[in-house]
Amino acid sequence: MKQQGVSLSNKELLSMFEKMLLIRIFEDKIHALFAQKLIPGTTHVCQGQEAVSVGVISNLSKEDVITCTYRGHGHSLAKGIEPKKVMAEIFGKSTGCCKGKGGSMHITDLSVGALGSFAIVGAGIPVAAGAGLSFKYRHLNHAAVAFFGDGASNIGAFHEGVNFASVLKLPVVFVCENNLYGEYSPLMKTTSVPNIADRASAYGINGIVVDGNDVLEVYRVSKGAIDDARAGKGPTLIECKTYRQKGHSRTDPGKYRPDSEVREWMERDPIRLFGDYLRSNGIMDRSSEEAMSSRVNQVVEEAYQFALDSPYPSENELESNVYN
Amino acid sequence: MSSKVMSTININYRSAIRFALREEMKRDDRVFLLGEDIADAGGVFKVTEGLLSEFGPSRVIDTPISETAIVGAALGSALMGLTPIAEIMFSDFTAVAMDQIANQVAKYSYMSGGQAHVGVVIRAVSGGGISFSAQHSQSLEAWFAHTPGLISIMPSNPRDAKGLLKSAIRCGRPVMFFEHKALYPMEGLVPESEELIPIGKSEIRKEGEDLTLVGASSTVATCLEAASRLESNGIHSEVIDLRTLSPLDSKTILGSVEKTGRLIVVEEDVGFCGWGAEIAAQAADKSLYYLKSPVKRVSAPYAPIPFSPALEKMYMPSAEKVYAAAKLLVQGS
Repeated sequence: MKQQGVSLSNKELLSMFEKMLLIRIFEDKIHALFAQKLIPGTTHVCQGQEAVSVGVISNLSKEDVITCTYRGHGHSLAKGIEPKKVMAEIFGKSTGCCKGKGGSMHITDLSVGALGSFAIVGAGIPVAAGAGLSFKYRHLNHAAVAFFGDGASNIGAFHEGVNFASVLKLPVVFVCENNLYGEYSPLMKTTSVPNIADRASAYGINGIVVDGNDVLEVYRVSKGAIDDARAGKGPTLIECKTYRQKGHSRTDPGKYRPDSEVREWMERDPIRLFGDYLRSNGIMDRSSEEAMSSRVNQVVEEAYQFALDSPYPSENELESNVYN
Repeated sequence: MSSKVMSTININYRSAIRFALREEMKRDDRVFLLGEDIADAGGVFKVTEGLLSEFGPSRVIDTPISETAIVGAALGSALMGLTPIAEIMFSDFTAVAMDQIANQVAKYSYMSGGQAHVGVVIRAVSGGGISFSAQHSQSLEAWFAHTPGLISIMPSNPRDAKGLLKSAIRCGRPVMFFEHKALYPMEGLVPESEELIPIGKSEIRKEGEDLTLVGASSTVATCLEAASRLESNGIHSEVIDLRTLSPLDSKTILGSVEKTGRLIVVEEDVGFCGWGAEIAAQAADKSLYYLKSPVKRVSAPYAPIPFSPALEKMYMPSAEKVYAAAKLLVQGS
């Protein structure tokens, strides 16, 4: 890892590390709580993909917006939704960011520009294009980022949304998190090209492949694309090669993956890589790392306690927000 | 209605819709249009003709043939505070965008705990009768009425088309606005001054005490024609124009049924699981003891719309069919 073409202060670098750590510890907690049957429904955790959400979103302001997927806890936390509101939502409590009416797959907080986790594959892509359209319409210097998986690049909404944004030259960045599996199926079994970024040429836009486990590379490449979007140069498709360390959802152990593949990717864990970089460059020492770790653990524990203590929604929520 | 003192103009259904779009775009610069061939070409049915030159390409946007992108982009822009009006050239094409309409637009407010209400208006051209075959002629309103979160509007005449569309644009909620293609040339008097017709309120077009005919969009005229023939046979029917399918004005419909004791629902869509079934069920549930005869539906058979004009004529509801059903109900023969 190196900091080439990236000018981030030590404070900013540490803040990025802390966000990645928050996502990791949050997701580990969710995974454990789910195993204890304390969380209803289903959940899709994102351990191993933290460098993508944090690397991209570190370039965004509060006015910029994102759409993400059902594997969206990481993006939601990185964009600034309070951990306790995310946790309470996952528990189906009235204090959740969506009053418990959305759940793990629909984490949304418009007040921080998190337009939603879209649980239908690819559905957030045209919605991000629409947000980009609104920025262009109002001559605002903001950008919209759509996060989606490799599997989404095979669905119609991807094609329609990317073409639409390209034709109208909208300030949108399409970020594909290629974690090598669409649910249980390996990429090469379902996808006609080795690199999702190759598809960009079909839409007349730039496509860039980046090491999705290297947060500084993700930051650098997405900064260029976001700057281009703000400058009216239209969209970019960024493919972040990364790995889903857990299974697809709930209790899926992901046994369809070869052990050697899992081992190789675990060695390239994005938090380990970034931590090594920060330590070897004297940016983070053991005591500051421990302090950070205990701070993040406390935030997650408090979020858990908040979710536990919160009430379920009352009956008057059952039919509210339909069209009244 | 105070039509006596109101100054009116005679325009067709198509122009009435265009007038509503123009007035709302002038009133509020957040309102914009997007759709296929709506700008340079002025729309396949010429509804948006002239609006490009008046409002420019940033507010009248030609899109690729991408219904999913059109509706998805409408949703995204609405979340950011704009008021998009998306045109779906034929309502049959909503099937292409069904995820965005039914899963995203309709559910956003609910699933987000009311963070946004999603002011998206989707104008969709519906209906048969002009031999456009099975993929350009359907009346699919029941699909949307069955999806909580969507308002569905079905105007039957120029005045309603204008006044309801203006209300739809201002309501800040997701609206499916169904324009019947065979009604575009229909002329009628429309107030010159601004009129907002309330959503969720049906209108009694003709009063009567022997039976209630309920229609929407194109079938309001069908009901009125049948009613006039019944009148000359001494049968006085009440004709209700639904105007809005969802939310349904059950109060007006059931109030009429309780007065007349007889109900025929006249709908252009397939009768099985159609919206007429919902009205019949409500009558059975809430007004059963007022009924003097079974509830009848005049609706399309359980088949796609045929192309051949001969078959399509048999398929569609008609004044003859309504007349025959009504005579049977009232006179028993």
